[in-house]
Amino acid sequence: MAETQSAAAPQKDERIREMSPMRKALIRPELGAICGTILVFMFFLGIASDSGMFAPEGIINWGTVSAQFAIIAVGACLLMIAGEFDLSVGSMIGFSGIIIALITVQWGFPAWFGILVAFAMALAIGALNGYLVIKTGLPSFIVTLAFLYILRGLTIFISIATTRKTIIGGVREAAEGDPIAWIFGGKVFSGLFVWLADLGIVGKFVAGPKAGQPVVEGIPMLMIWALILIVFGHILLTRTRFGNWIFAAGGDTQAARYVGVPVNRVKILMFMFSAFCATIFATCQVMEFGSAAADRGLLKEFEAIISVVIGGALLTGGYGSVVGAALGALIFGVVQQGLFFAGVESSLFRVFLGVILLLAVILNTYIRRMITGER
Amino acid sequence: MSDNLIELVDIEKHFGPVIALNGVSVSVKAGECHCLLGDNGAGKSTFIKTMSGVHKPTRGKILMEGKEVSFDSPRDAMEAGIATVYQDLAMIPLMSVTRNFWMGREPQKRFGPFKFFDFSQANEVTMTEMAKMGIHLRSPDQAVGTLSGGERQTVAISRAVFFGAKVLILDEPTSALGVRQTSNVLATIDKVRQKGIGVVFITHNVRHAMAVGDRFTVLNRGKTLGTAERGDIKAEELQDLMAGGQELAELEGSLGGTI
Repeated sequence: MAETQSAAAPQKDERIREMSPMRKALIRPELGAICGTILVFMFFLGIASDSGMFAPEGIINWGTVSAQFAIIAVGACLLMIAGEFDLSVGSMIGFSGIIIALITVQWGFPAWFGILVAFAMALAIGALNGYLVIKTGLPSFIVTLAFLYILRGLTIFISIATTRKTIIGGVREAAEGDPIAWIFGGKVFSGLFVWLADLGIVGKFVAGPKAGQPVVEGIPMLMIWALILIVFGHILLTRTRFGNWIFAAGGDTQAARYVGVPVNRVKILMFMFSAFCATIFATCQVMEFGSAAADRGLLKEFEAIISVVIGGALLTGGYGSVVGAALGALIFGVVQQGLFFAGVESSLFRVFLGVILLLAVILNTYIRRMITGER
Repeated sequence: MSDNLIELVDIEKHFGPVIALNGVSVSVKAGECHCLLGDNGAGKSTFIKTMSGVHKPTRGKILMEGKEVSFDSPRDAMEAGIATVYQDLAMIPLMSVTRNFWMGREPQKRFGPFKFFDFSQANEVTMTEMAKMGIHLRSPDQAVGTLSGGERQTVAISRAVFFGAKVLILDEPTSALGVRQTSNVLATIDKVRQKGIGVVFITHNVRHAMAVGDRFTVLNRGKTLGTAERGDIKAEELQDLMAGGQELAELEGSLGGTI
């Protein structure tokens, strides 16, 4: 007995304080975002609990907005951890939407074909972004800033040159009965909501053409996509070899290359993934609204980056969490819609967001120093 | 000559008009620590970069276990069993020890059609390998940034050893370390040597070299000044050779023989 003790004793370093399991569980990259989420929910439960914000239809409302942010935040998060930025996300959203609408409405191809072409083009543009960043060695900030303008300009040009409009409607009609379109624009679990409405948990429309139907039609596919991407991104990052390469590529490019990590491939793939996420966002939006507009997605790249930073990622790469980014998106969505529910002047939204961003980043910096020993 | 793990003969390296190496010959035997000494600009860095496949020599031969080889990339050299631990460590401070240790060679386990990073195995191996080198980690998911400089060196060295290095090149591993950490790293070098690995220890600190070296080669202005066995040469002589003798002797006089 005495011997086992003495054998274990030298393993302890007297200069390292023992961490309690509680503290250990708390000290994680997404702690700042978790605190922020709790704070934001408490705040809105306090000021807007009687406004219907936390009734089923209210939850679907801010849940959808949060899911939108989350979809692009996952792409931005993985790319940022790999050490790069993509400022062309917003323009990519507008571009993909217009491509889908043009192909299906203007040229009369089936919707699935339009969606496939949009995804193919997005992946190609993402790869081009990545290739240019790798080959020129320029900061991705500059390269993708160029694409922010190039894509936006092209989108408006194509749209006006072919239809003389910047908004193309009639997509929903064109996509009726399409084998793929419902994956983006449909709603699921509608049976569940009918049942819940019959139980009286979810309200029903009392008048109008939809009288007798539940007020919540179903879970929009947008939310399902957000969940799929979050789970995929989280597992990829934390549980796979490729995830380790993402961290390595962003942490120290040269060190990663020395040990044989294919840094260029990792970075280009992450640019493509970012464009892929933007196109999922665009397709869902086009299918839901039934139209595409050339100015869609304005400033979305910053909203994605803000979500990621609130989620604890480091702007210089090599550190971050997909779950954190998703919580950042949730905070974003809840604040934006919550202020509306609470009847607060909507211009205050930005003030709120700025304050949350600042608080989260200060907390995150402190947590990160504790974890990584960085000074 | 067959007991040499690696032998570099008359290596020359020119960068345009600059002759960085002008005929350097060094050999490393299994289980020895070969110290490469030289002042700044003597060509040490260029020489180890040639050895580890970063540069291709302009002239000269590299023999690996008696056979002539030519490395096109650091990857080639690594596969031949030459591992280099650079001054800047090739460690990523934001990442955990396990993630760093396995970087680029992550073990995987299958789960249906998917492959995942096998953390339980990776953590276990990391902990045992580190313990062998005398470093007891709080936990394998501790970030490398929380380790001291000496501990980071040791992680890098044990990683190289674990992945089957035959020749381990250490680029000034002790230059930025304190006294205690330096002795830890020197002790690690001794452990590595006992495994039969040939160690190339680059330094400009004669005392560190004398502590672990079996043979000493001094470089000056891109040339080998000669190789000496342990016991054939004194620290003062090495110091003189490194600095080119004359001027340092004068300097030393004015400093009272303290360097």
